[in-house]
Amino acid sequence: MEALKNDNISTIVDGKRVIVKKPELLAPAGTLEKLKIAVRYGADAVYIGGQEYGLRSNAGNFTFDEMKEGVEFAREYGAKVYVTTNIYAHNENIDGLEKYLRGLGEVGVTGIIVADPLIIETCRRVAPDVEVHLSTQQSLSNWRAVQYWKEEGLDRVVLARETTGEEMRLMKEKVDIEIETFIHGAMCIAYSGRCVLSNHMTARDSNRGGCCQSCRWDYNLVEMEDGIETAITQEGDSPFAMSPKDLRLLQSIPGMIELGIDSLKIEGRMKSIHYIATVVGVYRKVIDAYCADPENFSIQPEWLEELEKCANRPAAPAFFEGTPGADEQLFGVHGKKASHDFTGLVVDYDEETQIVTLQQRNFFRPGDTVEFFGPNMDTFSQVVGTVVDEDGNELDAARHPLQIVQFKVDHPVSKDDMMRKGL
Amino acid sequence: MKKPELLVTPGSVSEIKRQIEAGADAFIIGEQRYGLRLAGEFDREQIKEAIKISHEYGKKVYVAVNAIFHNKIAGELDEYVSFVKEAGADAIVFGDPAVLMAVRAAVPGFPLHWNPETTATNWYTANYWGKRGAVRVVLARELSMDAIIETKENAEVAIEVQVHGMTCMFQSKRPLLGHYFEYMGKNMEIEERQGAQNMLLHDEERNNKYPIYEDQNGTHIMSPNDMCIIDELLDMIEAGVDSFKIDGVLQTEDYRVAVTKLYRKAIDMCVEYPDQYEEEKEELLEAAEALQQDHRPLDSGFFFKETVY
Repeated sequence: MEALKNDNISTIVDGKRVIVKKPELLAPAGTLEKLKIAVRYGADAVYIGGQEYGLRSNAGNFTFDEMKEGVEFAREYGAKVYVTTNIYAHNENIDGLEKYLRGLGEVGVTGIIVADPLIIETCRRVAPDVEVHLSTQQSLSNWRAVQYWKEEGLDRVVLARETTGEEMRLMKEKVDIEIETFIHGAMCIAYSGRCVLSNHMTARDSNRGGCCQSCRWDYNLVEMEDGIETAITQEGDSPFAMSPKDLRLLQSIPGMIELGIDSLKIEGRMKSIHYIATVVGVYRKVIDAYCADPENFSIQPEWLEELEKCANRPAAPAFFEGTPGADEQLFGVHGKKASHDFTGLVVDYDEETQIVTLQQRNFFRPGDTVEFFGPNMDTFSQVVGTVVDEDGNELDAARHPLQIVQFKVDHPVSKDDMMRKGL
Repeated sequence: MKKPELLVTPGSVSEIKRQIEAGADAFIIGEQRYGLRLAGEFDREQIKEAIKISHEYGKKVYVAVNAIFHNKIAGELDEYVSFVKEAGADAIVFGDPAVLMAVRAAVPGFPLHWNPETTATNWYTANYWGKRGAVRVVLARELSMDAIIETKENAEVAIEVQVHGMTCMFQSKRPLLGHYFEYMGKNMEIEERQGAQNMLLHDEERNNKYPIYEDQNGTHIMSPNDMCIIDELLDMIEAGVDSFKIDGVLQTEDYRVAVTKLYRKAIDMCVEYPDQYEEEKEELLEAAEALQQDHRPLDSGFFFKETVY
């Protein structure tokens, strides 16, 4: 994608173009553990949910004490914390809002992600130091609406997922405001905020965190003519489906950087630490590699392979590259299994003995070939030798979730590195 | 008690006269390039004609400019809202703030009705849009009667509520029917069924059938039942709700006119002879039921239903 004209995105250093306006890499963090992993693996910022006013009533969701700890942890790494407060509130949600937003201000979060003007205005009044970012729930998809929110004083807007790269370019040219956009993860197939399938099908309010993902279910298409019904979906046909493939914009990252997009967002507050570590780690590498040397940049096949290790649906670039076609939807399948299992989290490593101490996250046994990866190391393959438990008893397999086990590895690892096993 | 406006969605200019005779007070019209899920297409000449006829009878016309806009059409909005004003419309219905920007730039002060459908859910936000130029807010259909009345009590803008018809449950930018036919290798069907309004998604588990259709704005999936609260109008009239809307999208002209007649009768009776309304409201509901197709049962929408989250 052609760069924005008159930009301040790049400069020339020693005759070589380098990117000086590096976008923020923004990661989901459903729990404190996930927050720490996201930050350790290279996220510049994370977004979390609190106990109320967010859209994932089933996610871990932070208490104020956990938020405080998260903010302090992130600060050590120079990372920011945003809180999703993006429900469309009903009258009954107004009580308690001021207290909640004041609480967010007090724990020191950088910003909130908001859809409802009630929450925007209340935040301004009671927690004026907290940045206000417009949520994708507003389905913001044109530059004049971006201009509106700029004039309303918002610090940043998250665009509708339906926005193409070319549309983003015009927004950037016309309006001076930070733009955040999704680069990876599961997506709504409806315009966000404009879907109430859940409300009708299960009496759960999708715009207050109750979405039951009815769009991923199967339906039969029928035709009604003069009161007579004819099946279009025939016996043996795949049912009608409207399930989108997951978003994966790895190949578009250079284009997004050249457009001056301010924040690149990964979806998935419900995803595992393995998923977060893998996805954040890959995009960290892509962004850093491109910014350091855009002229000689190329997409490394291992980045795509790495993403496959935690992908639980096929992926596609969706709207950034233009309106997606039929091949960007899932028919007859509901997903796929990731190519790797997350089997252990490194809690300690002894340089002298080369013994790693792991928290077991999935079944493995001596003789298995596993892989270690982490934010500050090169991924390596390892055949598991003798495994012992905390008391030194030899194990025929690590079969207990969260059990602490030890074995010898060929290369150094460090705390929070991960071990996975191919399937 | 104040009589609320009875607002309907005609499918054509010729329907307007029938609707006026049936008792409609106001109309929503427009074209799908700018407006969402309309009962019919009105080009510019037809909009002018519709306004002329309506105004002769003292009725109002609101033009729907409530699509979710992308840059291309957002750039046309100044011109379109200028046309709407010149044509003499009484208000513009909008959801996207781009329309507010266009009105400020091209026709400052022109009356706006805020209707983002699913996201108008509390009185504070209703008043927020009021401060920015909306004179009316159209409440989400997913609210309960109690929430509607509480909103009206706290609102500084007029409040419109849908009382009858289908509601939209889902809008995607993607052509989902076309994609399904393409996936099934039935590419011929895509052409043949362009604009078809007779397709349904069958949800076997809930035994519901959801109308589904495509247009310029994407794919729309509609509620399986038609809401009808012709027998429950009193509380909202007492609370002073300003406008009752009958949405007639995907219905026939005869159906729409018949429903208008019933609500005209119900509203008049409810205001003028409330005791008689209490006695006859069951009959009104039965008369409404008699108009329904077999696969479109009536229900009371979310007026008396709790949603959790």
